[in-house]
Order: sequence, then C-alpha cells, then structure tokens
Amino acid sequence: MKSKFAIFALITFALLTWGLYEAMIGAPTEATMGPVQRIFYYHVPCAWVMLLCFPANFLASIAYLVKRNAILDAFAVSTAEVGVVFCTIVLLTGPIWGKPVWGIWWTWDARLTSTLVLWLIYVSYLILRKFSIGGPNPVLAASLAIFGCIDAVFVFGAIRWFRTQHPQPVFGSGPNSGIDPRMLHAFFINMAAFTAFGILLVWLRFVLERTRQKVEEAHAMKALRATR
Amino acid sequence: MSYLYAAYVIVWVVLIGYIVILARGFKKLQEEVKELEK
Repeated sequence: MKSKFAIFALITFALLTWGLYEAMIGAPTEATMGPVQRIFYYHVPCAWVMLLCFPANFLASIAYLVKRNAILDAFAVSTAEVGVVFCTIVLLTGPIWGKPVWGIWWTWDARLTSTLVLWLIYVSYLILRKFSIGGPNPVLAASLAIFGCIDAVFVFGAIRWFRTQHPQPVFGSGPNSGIDPRMLHAFFINMAAFTAFGILLVWLRFVLERTRQKVEEAHAMKALRATR
Repeated sequence: MSYLYAAYVIVWVVLIGYIVILARGFKKLQEEVKELEK
C-alpha cells in the first residue's frame, strides 16, 4: 500500500510540475486579459476537484445513513475536508483574477454567492464533526452534507441558468466557445494534475481518519477493561 | 503580473498548509498509539 502511494505521489508531483510549466511558460498569453488569464489554469482545475469532492461526500453520506459503516463515514469526512480546501482556493483565486479583469474583487452574482454558501455549508459540516463528540454527530453531519450537495449542483448550473458577472462556460456554450489548442493542452495537464492531487489528499486524509477511528476504539476498549 | 503571482502563491500556501496539518495529525496519532501500547 505504501509503495502504491509513493508511486502515485511521484506521478502527481511530476504532473503538477509539468502543469506549472505549461501554465506559466508553455501556454500563450491571452490577447485581451494578458498574463492574469493564466490564473485560469489553476482556478478551474481547483473548482473541478471541489465539484468532485462534494458529490463524493454526498454519496458517502447517503451510504453512511443507510449502512452506518465507519469506513463510509471516514470517506465522507475526507472528501468534505479536501473539498473545503479546494473551495477556499477557488474563493481566493477568483477575486484575484476578477479585480484586474472586472475592476472589482467581488460581486453578489449567482455563481460567486452560491460558491460562498457552499463553502459555509461544508465549513459548518467540519465544525459539527470536530466539536461534537459521539452520539448522532455523524448522522447530523451526513444530513447537512445532503444540503451541501444540492448547493454544489446550483454552483455548477448557476452560469448556465442565470446572467452572471462570472463568465459563461468556456466549453460547449455556443459556436464561439472554446480556447486555443495550446491553451487547451495546458488546461488538460493541470486538470489531470489537480485531479490526481485531490485523490492523493483524500487518500491521505482517509488513512488519517481510519487510524483515528481505530485509536478511539482502542481507547474505549482500554477504558472498558479498566472498569472491570 | 503581480495578481498572477499572488494567485499562484496563495494556491500553494493553502495546499502546503493543508499537507502540514495532515502531517501533524499523523504525528499526534502516532504518539497516541505509543501511549496506548505502554
């Protein structure tokens, strides 16, 4: 297992290095926005990983509510935490890109607002997990995750359903959509790199959570033996 | 250009910061396991 993780980590590191090179040097500079458009190569892949993590958390939460299996609970908390990390990056890099292009850091449009609400829902989820011990805690958190996933669908659809300050989808939104093939190359390498990095982080967090569950179980058993 | 660098630096600060938090979590658990084995 450790060697598999090491190989996967090496591949991810190589992809991230290649992705950084392509984003900063390989891809051509966009004509209208200039160098700041290169934020796209990090901003969109991070949003993609976030939108993979939250539905994964939703499925694990539903499965946990049905089966009450600790492995599913560990997977749910891992995907939620990694999702929040990537959502934080999206919420930070978006305004940094928005300021020079739109002239403002933030606007309350459907995409931006729903992403902030999504972040708040999952931060609440993690706080609920962290500061309430035992009892119905994972059940409550799993229920909250279901609301979170509904908002994740809204985040995805917001730029398709509403007129927003945030740009329309780059791909598949009409005959003039799409980007230069060299930009597309840099974009897909970064998509692959960040997807692999997201999987790696979920993997690490899952191992940590499973170990924590086992340690807690051992503590409980030790306390039980001491009372006899 | 400074906006671009700021965005890239922030991405890596957040990601490396998270890896550090995970590493500290593993270290803390290792210590707990050692305590349990005593």
